[in-house]
Amino acid sequence: MSGPSDYQPSNPALQWIERRLPIFGLMHSSFVAYPTPRNLNYWWTFGAILSFMLGMQIVTGVILAMHYTPHADLAFKSVELIVRDVNYGWLLRNMHACGASMFFFAVYVHMLRGLYYGSYKEPREVLWILGVIIYLLMMATGFMGYVLPWGQMSFWGATVITNLFSAIPYFGESIVTLLWGGYSVGNPTLNRFFSLHYLLPFLIAGVVVLHVWALHVAGQNNPDGVEPKTEKDTVPFTPHATIKDMFGVACFMLLYAWFIFYMPNYLGDADNYIPANPGVTPPHIVPEWYYLPFYAILRSIPNKLAGVVAMFGAIIILCFLPWLDAAKTRSSKYRPLAKQFFWIFVVVCILLGYLGAQPPEGIYVVAGRVLTVCYFAYFLIVLPLLSRIEKPRPVPNSISEAILAKGGKAVASVAVVLVAAGALFLGSLQDARASEGSDTPPANKWSFSGPFGKFDRGALQRGLKVYKEVCSSCHGLSYISFRNLAEPGGPGYSVAQAAAFASEYKVKDGPNDAGDMFERAGRPADYFPSPFPNEQAARAANGGAAPPDLSLITKARSYKRGFPWFIIDFFTQYQEQGPDYVSAVLQGFEDHVPEGVTIPEGSYYNKYFPGHAIKMPKPLSDGQVTYDDGSPTTVAQYAKDVTTFLMWTAEPHMEARKRLGFQVFVFLILFAGLMYFTKKKVWAGSH
Amino acid sequence: MNPDASTIAAGAPIEVDLSPVAEGQDIKVFWRGKPIYISHRTKKQIDEARAVNVASLPDPQTDEARVKSGHEQWLVVIGICTHLGCIPIAHEGNYDGFFCPCHGSQYDSSGRIRQGPAPANLPVPPYTFVSDTKIQIG
Repeated sequence: MSGPSDYQPSNPALQWIERRLPIFGLMHSSFVAYPTPRNLNYWWTFGAILSFMLGMQIVTGVILAMHYTPHADLAFKSVELIVRDVNYGWLLRNMHACGASMFFFAVYVHMLRGLYYGSYKEPREVLWILGVIIYLLMMATGFMGYVLPWGQMSFWGATVITNLFSAIPYFGESIVTLLWGGYSVGNPTLNRFFSLHYLLPFLIAGVVVLHVWALHVAGQNNPDGVEPKTEKDTVPFTPHATIKDMFGVACFMLLYAWFIFYMPNYLGDADNYIPANPGVTPPHIVPEWYYLPFYAILRSIPNKLAGVVAMFGAIIILCFLPWLDAAKTRSSKYRPLAKQFFWIFVVVCILLGYLGAQPPEGIYVVAGRVLTVCYFAYFLIVLPLLSRIEKPRPVPNSISEAILAKGGKAVASVAVVLVAAGALFLGSLQDARASEGSDTPPANKWSFSGPFGKFDRGALQRGLKVYKEVCSSCHGLSYISFRNLAEPGGPGYSVAQAAAFASEYKVKDGPNDAGDMFERAGRPADYFPSPFPNEQAARAANGGAAPPDLSLITKARSYKRGFPWFIIDFFTQYQEQGPDYVSAVLQGFEDHVPEGVTIPEGSYYNKYFPGHAIKMPKPLSDGQVTYDDGSPTTVAQYAKDVTTFLMWTAEPHMEARKRLGFQVFVFLILFAGLMYFTKKKVWAGSH
Repeated sequence: MNPDASTIAAGAPIEVDLSPVAEGQDIKVFWRGKPIYISHRTKKQIDEARAVNVASLPDPQTDEARVKSGHEQWLVVIGICTHLGCIPIAHEGNYDGFFCPCHGSQYDSSGRIRQGPAPANLPVPPYTFVSDTKIQIG
């Protein structure tokens, strides 16, 4: 974009357009002929990765919006129906939900790269500030997107975050009412968040255009922080940067696909599989991992208004970075002190993120305060001071000189540190899903675990029998219809068998011509009827505790994994906290109550239930359900079968997910390899 | 973007019958989408709330100012933590009052903040006694 392009298309039709709208010249000068510094490393591919992620989020988001219903009573169900009934809906939803996390992961790497190499310094201040604006828009978009599934964490996250504005003196309360469109978070809030969540990504795309424009005016910074002087210092964007970016994107997609196909719920919160309930606060409200450092800053300050100001200040301060750091040398490569402080700052941010997921008590509060001070000290004390006292090492005269002097650098070790730290950070979220005050459920061997896991058909069929004969007298299964029983990846019944199964049920229908409701035999398209007409009836019939619907129970329950398990889980693809918990609770009833535990009247002691006092009496006993296939009729076997069945009801397309995941991985590895060798060939003459 | 007419209309005052609430019990009703705790306080709870040195509280307010005279046993508060809007749990915490599970704020038997990050007492909604056993909220 430096000066008018002299590009002329050879095709006469394109020439005709070009004379009237020089769009091909613009594209050519921006993405083909554009000179890019020769010494860029792989950290610079994150710009392309971010563009890719933005496109991905917009495309998947637009399709999801075609199936989503923004209404407080229907939103949760509509998301579940997307996952269950829409063609590849589970894929779209996983891509969009994990995509948000990957988008933030990439943006943090991109920002830290800018920080390390001084990419915010003159003449790139506006470029940097535009980046901070994009980041702010991303945070708003991400927050509102997380509200849309209307689960417990959606609802309470929205409550906590909108209440931040009530800290503003005088106008606070009216601003919050304006945000809600009511007297509390409710249907109007959901509607406006949906509208804004659809709008903001296009604003982001607009600011990205400005960001890229500013980039192409000032030119890219580079690891040595010296401006290109001669033609020898640069290479044309295409093919050099294009192919390198494609390799970077392919590698990034491998990580992305790992989440989509194998760990879709690793970054989410189990509580968000419970529909929003304004009357019950989850025991521990945690935002998504990418907000945790700022959440920790908010909580570490005892005054409400000051906490909110500090939280927003922690982001706004980035805008002033170009003037806080007045050092002439750009790259920390040549700034021995700045380099050390940079890594300390990265560790501070990660630790803040870890603390953001911990309960605000005891040592965590003290540590949070110390780290909050460190965070601000980096910008307000360390950087201004360093620019005065630090003696930078001599900077090379030109980029080509820097390349000649370059030895093998420890980029790999830095990458390892960053990945390990990132895993710690991401995993800290797992810590937050605590079910406090209970024993850890024992890990089981599940047929559906691991990258090639499949449901055991026999267990699914036996589990269905246990559900029908035992569980269904109190627990509903309202997201499952009889036709699902005949679908691939399920219990393996034929369509006729599913129809016969359905006809055993009585389903309420109507009104008929006379205006009356009537009962008829079930059809395959009907859903499992719930045992109680509404939650209040369920509550009243069960001593005040409504038996939860079991459709999603294995995804809506979890337990604390703790350090270092959550890191190991990422690599072993351990996703079975929910099934382990459900199976443990079914077997955790004990007649003998240990000393020091008091169980209220009407409750029962359960070893694994949080708080130990459960309202459900021991549901299973040996020999209660007969099995036709000779499997042992023990409580352990019942628990295993019904849990397997409930894992299928929570995720009926799991087998398809893992199968497609394997195919995608084979493709991506081949594609990345191809890109790598092409890149080597293209760059052969330039290193 | 302010509340529309139907939302405002749905926020009209409601009447609550107190006769089924036994001493030491509390009920939760929803008004304008907000949970309202109505506690039938025991003698002990009232005495505890009145024994406190008001000046020592983070948000000084006497118990007398937070209940209607002649109906001291009834405490009516909006059950929304003044910190960040979670719903505190009744009959928990160290002060015989409310405990917020989100960030650990503790309120006493008069709904006043005693410990934790919340800046203010649980607000008392506008209400009047229609009769001895019935209140109107709003």
